[in-house]
Amino acid sequence: MVSKKIIELKNVTKRYNGVVAVNNISLYIRENEFITLLGPSGCGKTTTLRMIGGFEDPDEGDILFDGARINDVPPYKRNINTVFQRYALFTHMDVYENIAFGLRIKKVPKDEMDRRIKRMLKLVDLEGFEHRHVDSLSGGQQQRVAIARALVNEPKVLLLDEPLGALDLKLRKEMQIELMDMQKNVGITFIYVTHDQEEALTMSDTVVVMNKGVIQQIGTPVDIYNEPQNRFVADFIGESNIIEGIMHEDYLVEFSGRKFKCVDKGFNHMEEVDIVIRPEDIDITEPEKGLIQGVVTSVVFKGVHYEMLVEGGGFEYMIQSTDMQPVGANVGLTFNPEDIHVMKRGS
Amino acid sequence: MKNKAKYLAYPYIVWMAIFIVIPLLLVLIYSLTAGNVNDPSSLSFSVESYTRVFDVMYLKVIWKSFKLAIISTVFCLVLGYPVALIISNVKAKYKSILLMFFLVPIWMNFLLRTYAWMAILSPNGFLNRVLSLLGLPTLSIMPGQTAVVLGMIYNFLPFMVLPIYTSLSKINRNVLEAAMDLGANNFITFLKVILPLTVPGIISGITMVFMPAVSTFVISQLLGGGKELLIGNLIEQQFTVQRDWHFGSALSIILMIMILISMAVMSKVDNDNGNGGAPTW
Repeated sequence: MVSKKIIELKNVTKRYNGVVAVNNISLYIRENEFITLLGPSGCGKTTTLRMIGGFEDPDEGDILFDGARINDVPPYKRNINTVFQRYALFTHMDVYENIAFGLRIKKVPKDEMDRRIKRMLKLVDLEGFEHRHVDSLSGGQQQRVAIARALVNEPKVLLLDEPLGALDLKLRKEMQIELMDMQKNVGITFIYVTHDQEEALTMSDTVVVMNKGVIQQIGTPVDIYNEPQNRFVADFIGESNIIEGIMHEDYLVEFSGRKFKCVDKGFNHMEEVDIVIRPEDIDITEPEKGLIQGVVTSVVFKGVHYEMLVEGGGFEYMIQSTDMQPVGANVGLTFNPEDIHVMKRGS
Repeated sequence: MKNKAKYLAYPYIVWMAIFIVIPLLLVLIYSLTAGNVNDPSSLSFSVESYTRVFDVMYLKVIWKSFKLAIISTVFCLVLGYPVALIISNVKAKYKSILLMFFLVPIWMNFLLRTYAWMAILSPNGFLNRVLSLLGLPTLSIMPGQTAVVLGMIYNFLPFMVLPIYTSLSKINRNVLEAAMDLGANNFITFLKVILPLTVPGIISGITMVFMPAVSTFVISQLLGGGKELLIGNLIEQQFTVQRDWHFGSALSIILMIMILISMAVMSKVDNDNGNGGAPTW
């Protein structure tokens, strides 16, 4: 994975009427990477994407493409294509003409255009739909036309702005797999924007977590999930128990009224920290065998597992387990030292 | 719609029958008969009124009516489209103010507006007085066809701007960004995306300007100084001066048929573009 940087953002800031949407972010994207900008709505992820696409001008900072500054290059001169949130298909054209739009502008010869469009239709599984009107297609099919329309231009970078947001769960899951396959097959850099953390973890090589216009963490899905750098990331990615604690020394942390062995180090003596324990990492045992004793206060059946709340050690722990204990039961909670993740206390 | 709601349409159906269907039938009957209109027993079937229309003199009037209406419609389109484009592109807070500038004339009485144009264009009118004050040669455009066309453009321009503006504002910003994203500069985006998507608006605009323009008699009478006889004036004269209701009716029916044919052609063009939204006449 040591490919060159294709896009680089350097200290980029964007304001709308004085309100900061993107605050001094720096970021690079490597060739053939599947990178996801993840965050709640209003976190600046779409603004960042639109600046890369050329639809917004950064107020400060530089955007580099292949090492060259492209701040002032209009969208139609960038070797980047976009799949828009609501597809933005041309409703006055059929499927073929929609996909042909970019090629016609580039004056691609007719036979080559035919060949490339045929290949795209095959890739997005829409063979035989050439002359269908786009309004007559389902959401998933329109989505795939939008992807084909962008990919047929063979851009170096494809931007995808919540492309699956309007689809139902089942179709979304299918399209996620399809998009990942496509990305591997065509070898194009994908920059993907979503607020769906599961989608981000499933699809990406790299996840960029954003909040309030600031990058919170950049890392692989596994890093982001297992080693969140702060309370926001831990809270946003998956379910978490976030407990306040004190770091006594390397590998020794105190919370819920007792000390625990852990695998974290490098904090100050008696530093106040936040501790993350994922609900699925906690096991329920007999009360006397537990590290923490508590009482079950709520049980919800979630399909794959039960989600239980256990009050104990001055905190309400969420536990996901297939072993159900009834409300009111006295239980013990256990977890391993590596399940404890210690983070710096954020502001 | 559940069945009870349909009763609400009855008053309008009655209204339509009394004031639209019955008069139309009467016009049709008068056009196909000869005799004294005040004595129904004297009426007999005759197509003479229709054959009279094919007199060169009358054909010339019909031709002129269509020519002036087409010229006015083309000018309205050429002037109105950019206006609609500008209004749809300004910031939201200026949009309604700008739009109002173009709609205010509709709120004033049609006759009053046309009289105002008389005051501007007449030989001793405002325009010529300004020109002579500046030492420039005066113009004699009124009475004349130029004045009639100017009057038509002024009176009907808002009806071109509004539907085009409406169809422009229906275009999603995303679609324009998609065109840019795929390599289209502003000009190509306009040509290949904006223009085709506003065809329904253009069609409604043309319809709403052409129909009143081709049948007007007030504008041609006031600004044409009685010399520029259009089919509207011809019909009016048959009923008010000549008292030949049969010929007047035949002219009305022919004008109506020609408008219907024009509209059918227009809606065909619209359908070929594969986009609904325009009224189907």
